[in-house]
Amino acid sequence: MRGFRTLVSLGTVLAGLAAAGPAPARDLTVVSWGGTYQDAQRKIYFAPFSQASGRKVLDESWDGGFGVIQAKGKAGNPNWDVVQVEAEELALGCADGLYEKLDWGKLGGKDAFIPSAVSECGVGAIVWSTALSYDADRLKTAPTSWADFWDVKTFPGKRGLRRGPKYALEFALMADGVKPEEVYTVLGTPAGIDRAFRKLDELKPNIVWWESGAQPLSLLSSGEVVMTAAYNGRISGLNRAEKKNFKVVWPGSIYAVDSWVILKGAENRQAGQDFIAFASKPENQAKLPEYIAYGLPNKAAGALVPAAYAKELPTDPANTAGAIPINADFWVDNTEELTKRFNAWLAK
Amino acid sequence: MSGLRQRLVALALVLPLLLFLGVFFAWPLVTMSAEAIPQSVVARGLPRTAAAAAAWDRTTPPTEAMREALVADLRAAPDDQALAGVVQTLNSAKSGYRTLIARTVAALRGGEGPADLAAIDRRWADPAFWRPIAAETANTRPDANLLAALDLRRDEDGTIRSLPEGASANRRILVRTFVIAGLVTLACLLIGLPYAMLMASLEGWRRQVLLAAVLLPLWTSLLVRTAAWFILLQDNGPVNGLLRAVGIGALPLIFNRTGVVVAMTHVLLPFMVLPIYSVLLGIPRNLMQAAGSMGAHPIRAFVEVLLPLSARGIVAGALLVFMAAIGYYITPALIGGPQDQMISSIIAFYALQTANWGMASALGLVLLAITIVLYAVYHRLSVDEPGRA
Repeated sequence: MRGFRTLVSLGTVLAGLAAAGPAPARDLTVVSWGGTYQDAQRKIYFAPFSQASGRKVLDESWDGGFGVIQAKGKAGNPNWDVVQVEAEELALGCADGLYEKLDWGKLGGKDAFIPSAVSECGVGAIVWSTALSYDADRLKTAPTSWADFWDVKTFPGKRGLRRGPKYALEFALMADGVKPEEVYTVLGTPAGIDRAFRKLDELKPNIVWWESGAQPLSLLSSGEVVMTAAYNGRISGLNRAEKKNFKVVWPGSIYAVDSWVILKGAENRQAGQDFIAFASKPENQAKLPEYIAYGLPNKAAGALVPAAYAKELPTDPANTAGAIPINADFWVDNTEELTKRFNAWLAK
Repeated sequence: MSGLRQRLVALALVLPLLLFLGVFFAWPLVTMSAEAIPQSVVARGLPRTAAAAAAWDRTTPPTEAMREALVADLRAAPDDQALAGVVQTLNSAKSGYRTLIARTVAALRGGEGPADLAAIDRRWADPAFWRPIAAETANTRPDANLLAALDLRRDEDGTIRSLPEGASANRRILVRTFVIAGLVTLACLLIGLPYAMLMASLEGWRRQVLLAAVLLPLWTSLLVRTAAWFILLQDNGPVNGLLRAVGIGALPLIFNRTGVVVAMTHVLLPFMVLPIYSVLLGIPRNLMQAAGSMGAHPIRAFVEVLLPLSARGIVAGALLVFMAAIGYYITPALIGGPQDQMISSIIAFYALQTANWGMASALGLVLLAITIVLYAVYHRLSVDEPGRA
């Protein structure tokens, strides 16, 4: 009798598991890049939108990667609604049909944004830059170019670079004397790629490779490296919060646009469109530079930013001189092959 | 009758376990393995092109029939997702298909009748961009990913060759993974065995303190422990500060193999100490005294009495540590240099960054196979000690 009862109760449990009814409506889930950036977004986008629309917003963070987006899409009924993606993920996912089409009417039309922030599947959220940075309290002479970055005689010490071919190859070519605007033309040829790897060979013993955006700044703070490639946005925040004197060398920097997208078939895609429209309004975007020095894709937002913050942004005219945009097409095509080669080069 | 009922009850009791193993272990393992074998996605995604390319000699410019077939195939694709696998496979074979196909599909959209592919993108005039299509559709190559995971590839004539030097480093990184795991296991054994013996020989609060020292780190997140080692080991960190203070001078401890082994040994040490400790607890204490009373030197008594008796714990601990170490990813990424990255970082790259699930699965499968072989060898060796373990 006992055994029978066990069986019955077991059966009930299993039946309960199998028949778990439809999940209750999920909160609008917005996914961004974490850290101080997401803290700022929570303050100026997530919480006010939630208040205005009466919908709860759940924010999560991720570290990018097209594989993640593809896995969510393949599974169907993704558990994320709105995601902030990099230019390559935007291009790849849009081509593979993993994103919803945006309603540009809600966003105020394509003309309201800078051209590189406009696409069928996404609208720019920020313009950010990867640039040479150094601690001005430690370095007496200021480095001014990637050639200085490679010059270990004048500037002895280690350097930080992001692990992977992206950025490392571009910076190596600039250090080798290629003009910024010609970098991707040179990189488009096998000889140009060989040239970039040869230049990296020179610096290899002095490079510390980093992976996440917070690492280069901690390397710089501890004096582990004398200069590093770093994402510009976190630098001015850190200078203000921790009284550091980190400087950014704008010529030779590479800027890129991150975009908001909505995952295909996401449960809250309508609310997602509303959220993106809210976060794209000039008066809302203009609040961002106070917290983190990222440029704003909405043209009208730029004018609303106080001058003190505006000069720290990658979009400031003084900072775009000598800077180039990332060539997303190049990396969409070549990431896999060049990463394989880069890993083999690292392992040598 | 009651025998049958008892068996049914027993079965019912283990059923949840079997279900759990099936759903969370066997099924993912099988799907992962299946993913490593290419499913000829290109031939299915571009059926007309496959048929037209079969007759092509792969050196002359592509034939009119092939170009028409490709246009028809791209127009016939029900949606963009249908082409995703095709694009991924082709771009993996030759860089450039991502933008090439996306641009072509966009240009063909809505149109009808013949289209000039070379005018849409001049890469279509280059036979080099037709050869991968012909190769991927002509013969299915079930072992392509598995070979690539070992830096090998099959030539047109079917012979297996190594990839050119500098194109890929999977083999080197696999060997490195096992070397690092071996070093960590050894270090754990050298520290863990005396530690466990000391712990087993003590009583009361002293034993509790030692036990807590092993267990407490286990309750801290791996990431936190790794970050702590990052701070301790850096050039201006406390460890080097101490070394400088005592006059030894700073040592390079971070971004190299030393740092990785130190941090991983700390993280994995409990898995060595606990199994050995639990075996030692079961060994009567007077055995060592008995050996001594019969004239054995303490070292001889240790080698001939205690070591063989604790072998079972040592084997279990070493296996646990080694198997866990093989999959490490975060610690080498944060504390290691470029020469210390392990195979998991390559697998993560394929899975998370490029969505090349085939290569990620193939690398995982190779790792699994090598590990099983190593385990079998190990098992054989440890069983061969008759009656001791």
